[in-house]
Amino acid sequence: MSIVLYRVDERLIHGQVVLGWGGELHPRRYIVVDDALADSEWEQDLYRLAVPDDTEVLFRGVAEAREALTEWAAQAIRTVLLTRDVSTMAALGSEGGLGGVEVNLGGIHHRPGRTEVRPYLFIGDEEREGVRSLVAGGVHVSGRDLPGGLRVDAEQILG
Amino acid sequence: MSDVRGVLVTHGAMAQGMVDAVRRISGAPDDALVALSNDGCSPEVLRDAIGGALGEGPVIVFTDLGAGSCTLAARLSCADRDRVAVISGVNLPMLLDFVFHRSLPVAELAERLAEKGREGVRILTAPKAHVDRPVPG
Repeated sequence: MSIVLYRVDERLIHGQVVLGWGGELHPRRYIVVDDALADSEWEQDLYRLAVPDDTEVLFRGVAEAREALTEWAAQAIRTVLLTRDVSTMAALGSEGGLGGVEVNLGGIHHRPGRTEVRPYLFIGDEEREGVRSLVAGGVHVSGRDLPGGLRVDAEQILG
Repeated sequence: MSDVRGVLVTHGAMAQGMVDAVRRISGAPDDALVALSNDGCSPEVLRDAIGGALGEGPVIVFTDLGAGSCTLAARLSCADRDRVAVISGVNLPMLLDFVFHRSLPVAELAERLAEKGREGVRILTAPKAHVDRPVPG
């Protein structure tokens, strides 16, 4: 399987992803699934600056990404797939395209209505609903900020 | 013309530590350089914090890592501002030069600081040439 990490992180492409996970997984492609970002070329350029020159970055909306998911997974290029929030990842997997994979929750921060699970992981109703939807679709959901960090499983996340 | 203000945005406690070091070394006034950390901040919260620290006059935002969330948030916060520079890869020589040259025009100062930062990285003691050679036999 060439998608080596499915991650939910509000910061999308940033140091922890490129250096922390990238150093462990050696991806050659990042795919960001985000409707707003897919329509904002100048913002895409900011994120592209964060990756090495030999690394590809794609920005796709949810509908287009859902169509392409099987193809991406079949390609040999080592890929990290990122969404900004759990609901986007759940929408991506709504037709079973994420069945059997592990989704990493790596950066969901404090906001009114969310409670702390870990310092990098705050969960509210929207996140719980997204996690339940993913789990119901056969996805293994866990929390971990960095490869060397402790893994938090879905039961702990849902409380 | 008003002096350029500095905003330092980093991971963890790096910003506060660097600002503390700059003040101890230079005696710079508190308002010359403001420290912000991305600890526990969502991208929106960090952008708001940087936006709030920019103020009205000329500003240089220093960040730690060009590929990091602090730099991205800084660039997004400064996108609509004319007299703002964002410099990544901050180091102490750069910041010390900044506090002593805040009266320069911001564009000229930014160029100068990037150069000072690069100049500040030197190998002062090199390992002996033979230490990495395999032992004969």
